[in-house]
Amino acid sequence: MDLGQINPVLLAASLMVAATPILLAAIGEMVVEKAGVLNLGVEGMMITGAVVGFAVAVNSGSPAAGFVAAALAGAGLALLFGLITQVLKSNQVATGLGLTLFGLGLSSLIGKPYEGIKAPSLGKLDIPLLSDIPVLGPVLFRHDPMVYLSLLIVLGVWAGLKYTRAGLVLRAVGENHTAAHALGYKVIRVRLAAILFGGASAGMGGAYLSLVRVPTWVEGMTAGAGWIALAIVVFASWRAGRILLGAYLFGGVSVLQLNLQAAGVAIPVEYLSMSPYLVTILVLVIISLRGNHGAPGSLGRVFHASS
Amino acid sequence: MTDALLTLEGLTKAYPGVVANDDVSFQIKPGEVHALLGENGAGKSTLVKTIYGLVKPDAGRMLLNGTPFAPANPRAARAAGVAMVFQHFSLFDALSVAENVALGMDDPPGQRQLGARIREVSEAYGLPLDPDRTVGDLSAGERQRVEIVRCLLQNPKLLIMDEPTSVLTPQEVQILFTTLRKLAAEGTSILYISHKLEEIRNLCEDATVLRLGRVVATCDPREKTARDLAEMMVGSVLHQPEREGGESGEVLLEVTGLSLPAPSDFGTPLREIGFTLRAGEVLGIGGVAGNGQDELLAALSGERPAPPGMISLRGRDVGRLRPTARRALGLLAAPEERLGHAAAPEMSLTENALLTGDVRERLSTRGFIHWGKARDFATRVIERFDVRTPGAETAAGALSGGNLQKFVIGREILQKPDVFVVNQPTWGVDASAAAAIRQALLDLAETGAGVVVISQDLDELMDIADHFTALNEGRLAPIRPARGLTIEEVGLMMGGAHDMDVADENAIAEVQA
Repeated sequence: MDLGQINPVLLAASLMVAATPILLAAIGEMVVEKAGVLNLGVEGMMITGAVVGFAVAVNSGSPAAGFVAAALAGAGLALLFGLITQVLKSNQVATGLGLTLFGLGLSSLIGKPYEGIKAPSLGKLDIPLLSDIPVLGPVLFRHDPMVYLSLLIVLGVWAGLKYTRAGLVLRAVGENHTAAHALGYKVIRVRLAAILFGGASAGMGGAYLSLVRVPTWVEGMTAGAGWIALAIVVFASWRAGRILLGAYLFGGVSVLQLNLQAAGVAIPVEYLSMSPYLVTILVLVIISLRGNHGAPGSLGRVFHASS
Repeated sequence: MTDALLTLEGLTKAYPGVVANDDVSFQIKPGEVHALLGENGAGKSTLVKTIYGLVKPDAGRMLLNGTPFAPANPRAARAAGVAMVFQHFSLFDALSVAENVALGMDDPPGQRQLGARIREVSEAYGLPLDPDRTVGDLSAGERQRVEIVRCLLQNPKLLIMDEPTSVLTPQEVQILFTTLRKLAAEGTSILYISHKLEEIRNLCEDATVLRLGRVVATCDPREKTARDLAEMMVGSVLHQPEREGGESGEVLLEVTGLSLPAPSDFGTPLREIGFTLRAGEVLGIGGVAGNGQDELLAALSGERPAPPGMISLRGRDVGRLRPTARRALGLLAAPEERLGHAAAPEMSLTENALLTGDVRERLSTRGFIHWGKARDFATRVIERFDVRTPGAETAAGALSGGNLQKFVIGREILQKPDVFVVNQPTWGVDASAAAAIRQALLDLAETGAGVVVISQDLDELMDIADHFTALNEGRLAPIRPARGLTIEEVGLMMGGAHDMDVADENAIAEVQA
């Protein structure tokens, strides 16, 4: 065992990379749930985004095209979920679970020809001056553009929900769909838009796994990331800031435990592997023990327009 | 014809199996308070939803100020100057007052400006509100203010109010009426829907009565008695609850020093509640919603056990006993919330009958259900209490509010309780069903049972109760004989008006300038 191998700067730098897929998926799902819809298909949308993004990036040679395609694929799957739950009024839990299973199967079908190939590199965004700052430079300013895009999305979601009228209407629809309908807001349309956004985010999160984090296609590679994203949304009490905290915590512990494994720490690997899940949930549970949890009032309830 | 603000001509709207509005025509004049009367299911809601753009009529047309008016959605209706205060509040609990108001406006100003406007208008009309508070923390009366202020901010020409006073104290009602009269004097027309006929006689200048979707009468409610109005609505002579005697017998239920902490952040603690209920007595407990009614019912029914020595039934301490054990001893209860508390909406009436009737009616042995007996019991409830339903296999949620309430009350009464506790027995129930329920409660007392009626309808309590008291912040006011109580005394027992002032003329003038 040699803990001296672990470089704290590299560890901190890889934390952001490890956290980005979950951050993207969780922030998307938060918007969906704020609109009152529970989509348990995050895992399925992520892995479909991962394989579609990978395939498009390999064939076109452009990782950017891969991310766009992944967002579209995730949104496409989400649209399916939206039509079934919002228009045909099916049960959201069952439909979401089905979507996950469907996404896992679909992805392994699409992914067969792509196994064992390496993804084209996305490249780093070396920000001049800032990236030369000692310690902070490599930790914060030498990442690929998707890391910064994901942070912008979190910021945009936070500000959008808090300060814009569209965000207010979305929260209103999630809080009490009957009242929103009575005031003349289009409940189903708002929800479909939120579901599409959630799908696109999850798809991009998946593509980040297959194009940057790993970067290759492996069947079932999301390995429960979609589920941890769902858990983070709940334990973060539907707040964008806490989702960022939860995702980065999860990313940090994941990276740390990999380093500890490599350093040969005398803790069984199984315990190390489960540690990110345990620590993240534990910390968020402690945070959410006090105060108001703020689950959207209409979360998971089917909306029937009464007239 | 031209001097009317809103003219309805031959409005018709049919749903599968029922004609909700059938050739409805009437007019509302500028500055008039116009009452819309009718039993549940008479088509009042459909009609106001049509005016507010939520429902499109199959036939007929509307004229607003002489020009055709066919709002495609509530936004168009609001733009034309129609505002509505809903019966079930259309508010969002997790959002602030200002956000709730902004959602009801089409072009809201910035949050800070809006907050200032809310303060200004709400104080001018005697309905003070803090724009930054979360709506979930407000009392029912304050929530209603949010709805009203939301409407007033848009300077409506027509204000529709659906059952606005069901949650207010008499003093608050008086203040609301002062506000409404002031609005009317300024030229705003008000379409006022209520079951409370005395209020309509007090407030409205004109009334349209609907029965089964048709206009059956128009009248000046000030020239009619409440009884006349009720009979127009029902279309037959109304049965008034009556009882003889009211002699009190042995002590059945004794509650002493009952104190329980609030069950949740939004609940009310019970503080030192004490009363004695004798055989044949009806005890009426008034009070504004959210002052401990639900908590008191839960403590009496056994949903929340109480410490020993606080509740005794025929001298036996039942505080620690659960609802089933209390039922076996003869203490039965019917909670306020029909769907989800008193009855399981997705389950059939037979199953719902079984849920509370199991012990006393012996509907099961060793855990196995006698479906035949359960069905017979449900059928007896349906027949005896005139529940309008296709049969005992109908899901509880498919019944109208009044019919389900008759079923819920009847289910308990047929089990011959010694003590029956009921919360809001006639909430949202039409006049004839309400009369039937009240009569059933009186008949039950007549047989020697004790009845505790918790209600926000004071007329109801004055009608049937022998003794009256009120809940105010979890405390019980001193118990008084109901006969001879004045409405002012009752209002004081309920805690008076909650920081409402009568609308201030000067402030209103300022706001409008």
